[in-house]
Amino acid sequence: MNFLRRTIDNIKPHFSKGGKFEKLSATFEAFETFLLVPGKVTQNGSHIRDSFDMKRMMALVVIAMIPALLFGMYNVGHLHFSLSSESKTFWQIFGFGFLKVFPIIVVSYVTGLAIEFTFAQIRGHEVNEGFLVTGMLIPLIVPVNISLWMVAVATAFAVIIGKEVFGGTGMNILNPALTARAFLFFAYPADMTGDKVWISGMNEAGLDTTSGATALGHLLQSVPEKTAFSDVALKLPTDIDAFLGFIPGSIGETSKLAILIGALILIYTGVGSWKIIISTFFGGLVMGWLLNAFSANAYMELPAYKHLLYGGFAFGAVFMATDPVTASQTEKGKWIYGFLTGMLAILIRVLNPAYPEGMMLAILLMNVFAPLIDYYIVEANVKRRLRRLKNESVKLNKQ
Amino acid sequence: MPQVYKTKKGLDLNLKGKAEKIFIKAELADLYAVKPLDFHLVVPKLEVKEGDVVKAGSVLFHDKGNPAIKFTSPVSGTVTSIIRGERRVIQEVEIKPTPDQKYEKFTKGDPADLDRDTIISNLLSSGLWPAVKQRPYNIIANPSDTPKSIFISAFDTAPLAPDYDFLIQGSEKEFQYGVDALSRLTAGKVHINVSDEYPASSAFSKARNAQVNYFRGPHPAGNVGVQIHRLDPVNKGEVVWCVGPQEVVMIGRLFMNGIYDASKVVVLTGSEVVKARYYKLISGACIRSITDHNVNEGRHRYISGNVLTGTKADPNGYIGYYDSQVTVIPEGFERELLGWAMPGFGKLSFSRTFFSWLTPRREFRVNTNMHGGHRAFVATGIYERVLPMDIYPMQLFKAILIEDIDLMERLGIYEVAEEDFALCEFVCPSKTEIQALVRNGLDMMIKEMS
Repeated sequence: MNFLRRTIDNIKPHFSKGGKFEKLSATFEAFETFLLVPGKVTQNGSHIRDSFDMKRMMALVVIAMIPALLFGMYNVGHLHFSLSSESKTFWQIFGFGFLKVFPIIVVSYVTGLAIEFTFAQIRGHEVNEGFLVTGMLIPLIVPVNISLWMVAVATAFAVIIGKEVFGGTGMNILNPALTARAFLFFAYPADMTGDKVWISGMNEAGLDTTSGATALGHLLQSVPEKTAFSDVALKLPTDIDAFLGFIPGSIGETSKLAILIGALILIYTGVGSWKIIISTFFGGLVMGWLLNAFSANAYMELPAYKHLLYGGFAFGAVFMATDPVTASQTEKGKWIYGFLTGMLAILIRVLNPAYPEGMMLAILLMNVFAPLIDYYIVEANVKRRLRRLKNESVKLNKQ
Repeated sequence: MPQVYKTKKGLDLNLKGKAEKIFIKAELADLYAVKPLDFHLVVPKLEVKEGDVVKAGSVLFHDKGNPAIKFTSPVSGTVTSIIRGERRVIQEVEIKPTPDQKYEKFTKGDPADLDRDTIISNLLSSGLWPAVKQRPYNIIANPSDTPKSIFISAFDTAPLAPDYDFLIQGSEKEFQYGVDALSRLTAGKVHINVSDEYPASSAFSKARNAQVNYFRGPHPAGNVGVQIHRLDPVNKGEVVWCVGPQEVVMIGRLFMNGIYDASKVVVLTGSEVVKARYYKLISGACIRSITDHNVNEGRHRYISGNVLTGTKADPNGYIGYYDSQVTVIPEGFERELLGWAMPGFGKLSFSRTFFSWLTPRREFRVNTNMHGGHRAFVATGIYERVLPMDIYPMQLFKAILIEDIDLMERLGIYEVAEEDFALCEFVCPSKTEIQALVRNGLDMMIKEMS
């Protein structure tokens, strides 16, 4: 402990102004404050400060994602070995998934942090902690068969175009992790959708016996083929499998149970907005019911609650829509923002002919509209104030 | 049962070092001082020089911008030194008291029989006028205004704050006299606001010529700004005055006895204080007169006021003009290994991200560490949860940052003071200096409007 402190104090001069490694001062600062809480004390204003800071906040979001991550790793192994009906131990299954997923995490963090550190250095800022969350989100929302170089390119795109051009953490308009996913989705569509990308080993095996398509993939296919819902329903996973997560999908999105645990952590600690989470789910349900009412094809007939169990809806609602920077910032706005996100996600899912999933586009679209929602909410507050002034002067005139 | 104004948003901080309800009559201190820096935007023009002999109530300096506003000595004695800081700005006018106190004579009489102008000029000449502050802007009131109402917050919800129901004991009559005087200054009402959670002293609840209002809720429910916002919000062009309960008592004594008697009660609190008590002393006393032999060893922060809004003070410095509290807490230079990642059983936090939520009744010994580096604003929605006002804090801060006067006005800057945002500053995960920011915004408005 004291040794660490002494070492840091010894090498610090090299990294401050005029030192040998002056150009790496932001990097040094980031590592230093990562290890030791700064000894800075308050000067004016409030003399005591909450122990809560950005590091704690971001670390908590990462902790909330851990159940989804661990289950995602297990599921990767589980799906892989289900191709070949060999019996494996738990650790063999998990180990396989770990070896598949861990490199994606490493690539995402290394690429993103390198860019973040460079920008912090150029701008003379401290390194912001926002990427700790983004770097974990990206691996969780891609298919397991993604190439590592694609992850690197997408991460670089998201951090530079999605965040740093706007001024860094706190200033971006679009959720950076979703920007990365959108980039992959439009640049390399063959690697992001279809039957083959979700299960590791699917490409080589070339088996036709097991279908690697997701539930949403089956449903999308049913629309042009004009299959009856009862026929599609046979291909869909059971509700319990979809809830527990033993289904194909992006790495972190499959287990609704793990996501629920994450949601409870976020809500209890107050880091994630429960208003957004609840209203997104509610919006999805309402849209599902509306589509049920029309039931023009098999996809529209899908019971509304099943929409919440399939695809990235739950993961998006809990970890992506709640991003405080890109979501609506007013409390009333959060209800509207969440509700519309949920509705749009299901609407895009069901009514567009090209993409099986709608959550990503729905959140990105609502990210763009969030400032507009806030504008009207704040404007209502301003109007209340002006009305009060007017009433007051009317009263005075009467006297 | 009268109507109770309830607020839900906010936070009561449970700190170590609460004062026991025991009065201690402090001896006459070695030194007293009046600090021009206590009065925001006042430019002092001295009327005494070092070595002058003054009585309690003799003018020390006046405000260059408004010469009618005078600042007087709280005690009789000799002006020992005038301490200047950078660019010769006057920091303190120090007075060494004489054992027997002599007082300047001012107008005496029942405020009911005096006219408004006499009351105001009496307050101005005695040096009690600065006790009257105004909203908007949270500065000393302008004597030529007529406020639409006057507010007295008779309870304080800040951490370790004094209990005014206890502290007012023995000054009930003077308080009523003060209220009588204030009620002559406004066309509207004098509001006395008390807490609904425990029976208020009869000095407050049975006061005449005033309306008593009951409030319930966590800090900052006791802030006069929150109370004004609920009862009689300040619109553009309107003025509300506010006076602290102890200052009302001083005003009462002025009219009862015709002297400036600056005696008041100051509570000494904080985790580093050995015996936290209520001290009866004279305004402007040096801090060591109550902290000598009463504070633990170590490096400490002395605060005149409470931990959220008080001013950093030198241990050899003086108690602020408006303060009824002195707090001593440890400094926080200590660097903690991986502090942000620890479970944090003993860490005070509004968020439930530390395991200290397991022990809600625990009293915390907090230091002055920032607990993190300064970062950009992230709209976490946390400010909104500690501000019981119909105001959008984040939007207001950003309006101040971009210096948009019109936007600040539309978002309600007239209704707020820096102290109303003290909790926002406390909880801020980006470690922004919000009170300084809001003060800056208020100053911009003053400049724009004058």
